[in-house]
Amino acid sequence: MLVFLIRRIAQSAIVVAIMSVLVFTGIFAIGNPIDVLISPEADEAERAAAIARLGLDLPMHEQFLAFAKNALSGDLGTSFVHGVPAVQLVLERFPATLELALLAMIIAVAIGIPLGIWAGLRPDSKAGKIIMAGSILGFSLPTFWVGMLLIMAFAVSLGWLPASGRGETVEVFGIPFSFVTADGLKHMILPALNLALFKVSLVIRLARAGTREVALQDYVRFARAKGLAPRRIVGVHILKNIMIPVVTVLGLEFGSVIAFSVVTETVFAWPGMGKLLIDSILLLDRPVVVAYLLVTVLLFIVINLVVDLLYSLLDPRIRLGGAKA
Amino acid sequence: MTRQEAVLEVEDLRTYFFTRGGVAKAVDGVSFTLHRGEILGLVGESGSGKSVTGMSVLGLVDPPGRIVGGAVRYHGEDLVTAAEKRLRQLRGSRIAMIFQDPMMTLNPVLSVETQMVETVLAHDRVSRSEARERSREALARVGIPSPDERLAAYPHQFSGGMRQRVAIAIALLHRPDVIIADEPTTALDVTIQAQILFEMQKLCRETGTALVWITHDLAVVSGLADRIAVMYAGRIVEIGSAVEVIDGARHPYTHGLLGSVPSRNRRGEPLAQIPGMTPSLLNLPEGCAFRPRCPRATDACFALPPLSDEAHGWRCFNPQGAVA
Repeated sequence: MLVFLIRRIAQSAIVVAIMSVLVFTGIFAIGNPIDVLISPEADEAERAAAIARLGLDLPMHEQFLAFAKNALSGDLGTSFVHGVPAVQLVLERFPATLELALLAMIIAVAIGIPLGIWAGLRPDSKAGKIIMAGSILGFSLPTFWVGMLLIMAFAVSLGWLPASGRGETVEVFGIPFSFVTADGLKHMILPALNLALFKVSLVIRLARAGTREVALQDYVRFARAKGLAPRRIVGVHILKNIMIPVVTVLGLEFGSVIAFSVVTETVFAWPGMGKLLIDSILLLDRPVVVAYLLVTVLLFIVINLVVDLLYSLLDPRIRLGGAKA
Repeated sequence: MTRQEAVLEVEDLRTYFFTRGGVAKAVDGVSFTLHRGEILGLVGESGSGKSVTGMSVLGLVDPPGRIVGGAVRYHGEDLVTAAEKRLRQLRGSRIAMIFQDPMMTLNPVLSVETQMVETVLAHDRVSRSEARERSREALARVGIPSPDERLAAYPHQFSGGMRQRVAIAIALLHRPDVIIADEPTTALDVTIQAQILFEMQKLCRETGTALVWITHDLAVVSGLADRIAVMYAGRIVEIGSAVEVIDGARHPYTHGLLGSVPSRNRRGEPLAQIPGMTPSLLNLPEGCAFRPRCPRATDACFALPPLSDEAHGWRCFNPQGAVA
């Protein structure tokens, strides 16, 4: 276990190093922030001063070395636009995105797994077919459009739920969260639903495919021959077996929900990281984009680690850290 | 054969599979009676309906299969018409089942303890520790060393033979009246097979459990069973005591099966074969299903022959004499 963790951390460090090079190089290709940041009326002297202040006068490899040196001490540079450390800016927005993503994942699991199992147990029933047809819709409808429909229906026509913002937040350990207040929760429902829609469909399909396969196994038949109640057969014997692929995909999806909830956050004016990223790209705010991408990389690494740990909990045949394959 | 009490009576059982290609009559009018402590060998080739017969007894036939007729009486109570809840009470407690492939019958992600304790708790209201104790005893009874450690283990940590012992231990947990064993030794090494056979026989004798031993291997049941029923294409073609069927087979199919078992007396001679193949259940020959492969078939065989007798009976118009 310890060996596994140490090796994993070493691998992760390499991944982060490679990513930082890629991200830094990539950001240079996007464009020159000077054109956006400095007013056209500024004279040559002001321009030169600003460029020097932002450190953009150095050649690229020197800029990178300076960046890498600072990054090792946790400083990913200062936002060109906001004048505050980029990491701080990203992390300030992080809780909003995190809670939205978490709620979306909870919705996806809570709806997707029961429906998927149901459809898997009765693949030829009408309900099963309706569930599958519904999941195709969930896959194919574009997020922004569904988001707007949700706003139209529940915010504009019915007036049940607010359409934008985080609502009232409460600080938990000094971090503002919406889910603790009723108003905040209300604000979360629509964006979380919108974000969850695709995942629900995905989970339904995974759960259904898994259930169909597992339900035919001899051990399920044996469980029935033992006289177990259907609830126990489905809830323990089948569920635990189908969770392995579901956890794998959900882990990856969770990362991508956090990292790329851009569309939903834009539609619902949710002040999360996705919105920050879009704004920063438009303004070519290099340090913020870099900080955002590196935080995302770290996030994926952590999630993958958690998924691997969950595997060993779910499947006793998987042992972590073994030198043998 | 003086045991009188019938534990299980199967009467004219019919289980059909309604597939796209037509109706497959997997079990078509099977009858047998199982007495207390008796071992019945149900012998047949793949697809003869022997496994489906076993499944039907417990009401475990999955769609598109369905029991369309007949009765399965457990102590006189018909299980074909019984409610699912009642069947669930009986499954695993009064009538247990063991499957062919021990690699597949235990859930890979649950510990042996979980899988045993849940079986105890499904039928008896006892504490978890009591259930655990019973599971431990059951493992010890089937000859698993250090049962305490083995309880905590997962199926992949056991060998095939050990897994089958675990499955047998699970089947024995509630000291059932009947165990239906569906080829439980086919997937095992010959030495392990012999051990398991011996122990199953011993355990059943001890507890008075009746056993239906489903197999394709006549040699296995000949030494084990009290009675033998030979199945072909969904029907019992010959039934009788083990001695009667092995030494005094009358049905040509039973003869064919016996002739295709290698024997020391006929060393060097080519093994006898039954010509042709098992017919498709979707398209059975009219009358006696064995007719196209039968050396003794006559025009009479276009009608279905009845089972001649309860004690030692055969479905044949032209039965053979005893094996020389």
